[in-house]
Amino acid sequence: MTLIKTSYNRRSFLKTSTVAGGGFVLGFSWLASCQTADPVKEAIVKAMPKEWFDINAFLKIGDTGIVTIMSPNPEIGQNVKTAMPMIVAEELDVAWEDVVVEQAGLDTDKYTRQLAGGSQSIRQGWQGLRMAGATARRMLLEATAKKWEVAVDELTTDAGIIYHKASGKKIGYGEIAAAANGMTVPEEIALKDPKDFKIIGTDRKNVDGQKIVTGQSLFGMDIQEEGMKIAMIVHPPAFGMKLKSFDGEAIKSMPGISDVFSINTKPEGVKLQWSDQGNVYPELVAIVGETTWQVMKAKKALTVNWVPGSKAESSADHEAALTKFMAQAPKEVARKDGDPTAAFNVATKIVERTYSAPFLAHNTMEPMNFYANVTADKAELNGPIQTPQFARPTAAALLGMTEDQVSIGMTRMGGGFGRRLYGNFVMEAALISKQANAPVKLVYTREDDMTQGTYRPAYKVTYRAALDADNNMTAFHVRGAGTHGSPVFADRFPAGAVDNYLAENHTKESNISTGAWRAPRSNFIACAEQCFLDEVAKEAGKDPIDFRLGLFERAASNPVGEKNDYDAERYAGVLKLIKDKANWNGASANGVHRGVSAYFCHNSYVAQVVDVVMEDNQPKVSKVHCAVDCGIVINPLSAKNQIEGGIIDGIGHAMFSGMTFQNGKPDQENFDTYRLIRHAEAPAEIETHFVDNGIDPTGLGEPSLPPIAAAVANAIAAATGERLYSQPFIANKQILG
Amino acid sequence: MAVYNLTINGKKQQVDVDPDTPMLWVLRDHINLVGTKYGCGIGQCGACTVHLDGNAVRSCSLTVDKVKDQKITTIEGLSANGDHPLQEAWIAHDVPQCGYCQAGQVMNAASLLSNNSNPSDEEIAGAMNGNICRCGTYTRIKAAIKTAATKMG
Ligand code: FES
Ligand code: FES
Repeated sequence: MTLIKTSYNRRSFLKTSTVAGGGFVLGFSWLASCQTADPVKEAIVKAMPKEWFDINAFLKIGDTGIVTIMSPNPEIGQNVKTAMPMIVAEELDVAWEDVVVEQAGLDTDKYTRQLAGGSQSIRQGWQGLRMAGATARRMLLEATAKKWEVAVDELTTDAGIIYHKASGKKIGYGEIAAAANGMTVPEEIALKDPKDFKIIGTDRKNVDGQKIVTGQSLFGMDIQEEGMKIAMIVHPPAFGMKLKSFDGEAIKSMPGISDVFSINTKPEGVKLQWSDQGNVYPELVAIVGETTWQVMKAKKALTVNWVPGSKAESSADHEAALTKFMAQAPKEVARKDGDPTAAFNVATKIVERTYSAPFLAHNTMEPMNFYANVTADKAELNGPIQTPQFARPTAAALLGMTEDQVSIGMTRMGGGFGRRLYGNFVMEAALISKQANAPVKLVYTREDDMTQGTYRPAYKVTYRAALDADNNMTAFHVRGAGTHGSPVFADRFPAGAVDNYLAENHTKESNISTGAWRAPRSNFIACAEQCFLDEVAKEAGKDPIDFRLGLFERAASNPVGEKNDYDAERYAGVLKLIKDKANWNGASANGVHRGVSAYFCHNSYVAQVVDVVMEDNQPKVSKVHCAVDCGIVINPLSAKNQIEGGIIDGIGHAMFSGMTFQNGKPDQENFDTYRLIRHAEAPAEIETHFVDNGIDPTGLGEPSLPPIAAAVANAIAAATGERLYSQPFIANKQILG
Repeated sequence: MAVYNLTINGKKQQVDVDPDTPMLWVLRDHINLVGTKYGCGIGQCGACTVHLDGNAVRSCSLTVDKVKDQKITTIEGLSANGDHPLQEAWIAHDVPQCGYCQAGQVMNAASLLSNNSNPSDEEIAGAMNGNICRCGTYTRIKAAIKTAATKMG
């Protein structure tokens, strides 16, 4: 048992209302719709409460023992809406079947970090969520002890019931909740020993699963409100262009169209947040009307004059600029250990390879959208946003309001992948509602969504490795460049494992908006690095897993440098686990060719072995074996789903996807030209193994994606003898014709 | 604008819309059935899949004037209590991640199973290839379809 101080955002635990004011009644339909841990047909275990008692910001207990647990963070498909409440329920010691999950809105007084990004919800939420459950349980125990006039430590709990063994008395949480509501919040609290966990570590179904498969309203796109109008924006057709004029009158007479005007989401003097960086088209035309189809038709009919504002860029220019960087040393080095120049000079063998990848769009399945109802004294905003706490200050500033006049609700999101970190669409919806003087739902068409993205930058990286006469890697050099930011992480592996090491970064500024895309930078660099190490191992005549393990041994026992951004033993651990589980022996057998890859990012470690078979002379991924170390696994069922999703996403984008530009204009604007992985291209089987080490949990939304492309490329090399250096792989016609 | 009489999920509905309005928007904006999703609008993603007389069609590419007396079924009408074997299998395999594509996936799979009660892996991949899942739940979708097929026997 761990005793910890409850200093973590203590405001969250202070009771939020008194008994008298706190009880309220909710309709049955609300309960049925939330209690979806199991199919609706299954009987609700406890009856609908008449009264609820707010215990703290994370939970309230009904008089029948049903518990409502708030999920504080945005849900983008990473399944925190199930996992975060599981952690609270664990420490509260309540049966999961008695839990109703509710999505919290933005409330910076009650919650910290209501953000979906960097795979951090679980890692950073862990302690606070446990405390929320544990303090509530403690208050229930204290209230019971007082009532029965016994010592608190004579009481035990199980599944929402408090027991006093000596007297044989018992009482349900629902019966004592009113009294607990008046208790002081403990200064210190004991947390469960992980070996006593009953909910954490067990398979629990997505709390919204039943709603999803029956098509109930869940997403921002689904919002329908009284008097609500539909709004769309028209943005410049190419990066570098800006609005000059438009003929609004011509479309105002079209059926259903009520308003056509321009908006500016970046007027002088408005303080911007980091999450506004993706907003490259501040001046837009807005069209407001009755129905989506009417507005879509008006949008097509609108004539707009655009004029050049900055240079029009093409993909060929980016390629040329990045290639040029590969031959140039930057002014400053990112990291240097030992004397790389000298080591390369005396090398027996030097391996040098260059890797590249194009821009990528996020393409969340649900296009950008947001609901806004702006009136004279308040703004009610609701929809899919990964960063509500950063959207609010900008929205308030734009509307000339204080932050407490602006509320932001969070809907379930049809994907995020980083796109919804950048809330330009929130600002657009707010300004449109204000000007139209009506509640509006702003809807992007797929084309709007794809052609004004915050893209993953185009990247290029060159690696060099020096081998001595005994095939030891004596020096390692990485030089990376990207269209806004280099993909290289100077302190990541193999930094720390090589005596002579040099990392260099270049950046090509571009007016094409870029931003975080699932596992930023890692999504490219892991593939490049792990493909390169595979070739170096081959040149050194070593098994690729053993070669990597040798480097980790060095990094663990005698690390080079002070600052290495990984734990070499945990890194090696996932490789050893996958070597064992996949029965790796480095050879192809029975027509199955294999590749391996491992990467550490977002605090979790992943190693993968991919099996490739040749079908009609084409390599096809038949199976993926995956080992993961994310510490304690909260919900293995959905953890595996995340791992599988990341793997399929990673294979898909490396294989098929890319965004290119001609004179600032995107070449792809919908799924007919932008290719995403489909059913027939997904691996037939994915097997996931978790390291069981009891370490505090880390996230899974991103970590399985970065390494997979390299495991695939390395397996294709084993199958065909050909190496893949540029993404999308499908463009390499001689290998993947 | 013109008046259309439609049968949706067994219920008569009357709408007054332009003849070129896609059924997707008729369902979502006029009849408040929002389970059918917009993903691309050009027949490329399958998020908008509904049944027209029992067969899967892309409602974004089906204009209201073409429907006539053909019956439309949406995800909301696939089963009375959300207990179609596919819906149950989807829950059993915990298929959804973000969930946005899943109504279309289920509707497409339902049409597949009504034409082929015991599809092979290749037949599933072939029939489902028009339904994109950006979250990458394909392996689970396949497993869920197989489970449902077994149940439906
Ligand atoms: S919205 Fe109809 S196929 Fe994509
Ligand atoms: S579950 Fe997110 S798109 Fe399929």
